[in-house]
Amino acid sequence: MAGVILIIAAGLAGYWLFPDNLALLTRVIAVALLVLSLDLITGYCGVASLGQASLFGAGAYAAGIACVNGVTEPVTLVAIGAVAGAMAGLLMGTIMLRAHGLAQLVLSIAIVQLFHEAANKASAYTGGSDGLAGLMVSPLFGVFEFDLWGRTAYLFGLALLVVVFVVLKFIVSSPFGMLCRGIKQDPVRIRAMGSYVFPVLLKMFVISGAVAGTGGALAAISTQVVGLDSVSFELSANALVMLVLGGLGTLYGALVGTVIFMGFEHVVSAINPFHWMTMVGALLIAVVLAAPGGLTGLYETLLGTGKRAKGGRT
Amino acid sequence: MSDLFRVEGLTKNFGGLAVSRNISLSMPAGERLALIGPNGAGKTTFVNLVTGQIRPSAGRVVLNGEDVTRFGAVPRVRKGLVRTFQVTRLFSQMTPEEHVTLTVLQREGKATRILSRFTGNSEVSGEVESILSTLGLLDVARRRVGEIAYGQQRLLEIGIALALQPKVLLLDEPAAGVPSSDTPRIEQALERLPPSLAVLMIEHDMDLVFRFAKRVVVLAAGEIIFEGMPSDVAANEKVREAYLGNYAHARSVA
Repeated sequence: MAGVILIIAAGLAGYWLFPDNLALLTRVIAVALLVLSLDLITGYCGVASLGQASLFGAGAYAAGIACVNGVTEPVTLVAIGAVAGAMAGLLMGTIMLRAHGLAQLVLSIAIVQLFHEAANKASAYTGGSDGLAGLMVSPLFGVFEFDLWGRTAYLFGLALLVVVFVVLKFIVSSPFGMLCRGIKQDPVRIRAMGSYVFPVLLKMFVISGAVAGTGGALAAISTQVVGLDSVSFELSANALVMLVLGGLGTLYGALVGTVIFMGFEHVVSAINPFHWMTMVGALLIAVVLAAPGGLTGLYETLLGTGKRAKGGRT
Repeated sequence: MSDLFRVEGLTKNFGGLAVSRNISLSMPAGERLALIGPNGAGKTTFVNLVTGQIRPSAGRVVLNGEDVTRFGAVPRVRKGLVRTFQVTRLFSQMTPEEHVTLTVLQREGKATRILSRFTGNSEVSGEVESILSTLGLLDVARRRVGEIAYGQQRLLEIGIALALQPKVLLLDEPAAGVPSSDTPRIEQALERLPPSLAVLMIEHDMDLVFRFAKRVVVLAAGEIIFEGMPSDVAANEKVREAYLGNYAHARSVA
């Protein structure tokens, strides 16, 4: 598991190199969990979604509301976020998987808009457009305070990411993961092998929801506020952009895409606050044209291993 | 009721066009039946109807005494009604070993497991190896399917079907697109099919049909025009007409 060691090393390097930007780095981890969750359904199952923030937001609001109502233990809050995300994933999958192709994509947009509007209208619980503020999270394991510099939040987030990544690596190399890849390429063939398609994809939606919900809960815990932006179309679309940028169906691509996109956004928006989105767009066009497999695909091509050399004997 | 598999009056209309008309046939266990007919006769439609990819307008499909007409494609496969495809439908990024492993795991109800590893799954590796070895695919077991020869891909189609332990196997042109130098390997694989299995084969290669089949059914314009011994088929007037030209026209003249 060299990849896991690499993630830990990169995470700790970020901790030492950018001690003043830990809040941003924690945000990167939360969004990376969202993009990982999207990779599960898009990269492994071939179901594109522009509404993945529904699941992220479900986790964020569930953790936030629980926290405001007296559940302040951080690991419990993450668990609550994961369960809420999984439930939202079950709902979203049930709806989205009734359609195919473009209609499916449009449904995903409709779902995130509905979630957004629901969060806006239920202001008694969610704070509406003002956001849900005043989350007071207890120290982690009763010892580590969530400090002003965000050290605890960052290391907690990094640990969460590593755990989730290892679990997902396990899942995608299970028979279930293989079945999902088969469905992505040819659902008719999978049915002729005697396997139903819908329940398999729905299961992946639930797992995906749990991962996105974990990310949402982490965002809520680390910023101590939950805003409507956590359940927005914009965040959903950005997640898909990050995934395409990094490369689909490898899990690593999701991480690379998130780090590059958010790092680029941070740097470029500081240089030119008005046109940074233009430059992000230019970067994306360059990557898509030069490396249709995303940055991880480009890396594999450069190494001469070819696209997706895995699967055989990993 | 001794028939393992039976279709009765199977009919399919697409709008006003009848692509299958009142097809009835039955197969006992161990049958080797060839379904032939000119292009557009409705052979693949017949397979799609039988395996549940499309729904018939009328008629019944009966497997082991059970009416499966209302069942979808998946439960039919699970009950032992298995097909291969005319154009191979394989996963280009996966290896033959992975294809067969996934299929065996599916048959045993283990393919949706999350908490076990896929590669090196010792529970099924013995069976996977024996299927691949029967088909002579062991050398390429760990190559990606996109990289192996088309003849080997066709053999893998048969391998996937065998991994499902079918009772009735429908082979949709198993030798289509295979260079003639590789046809003997396909034929060998067909000879080694389990003796109790009922096999219906669609094929254009008449040499293969005559060597393989004990019985031949000829389909033209969606209906059965001949049923009998392979040795009699070439002499049959209707069959010759069907192959020579427009069958409907030939009949109206006759």
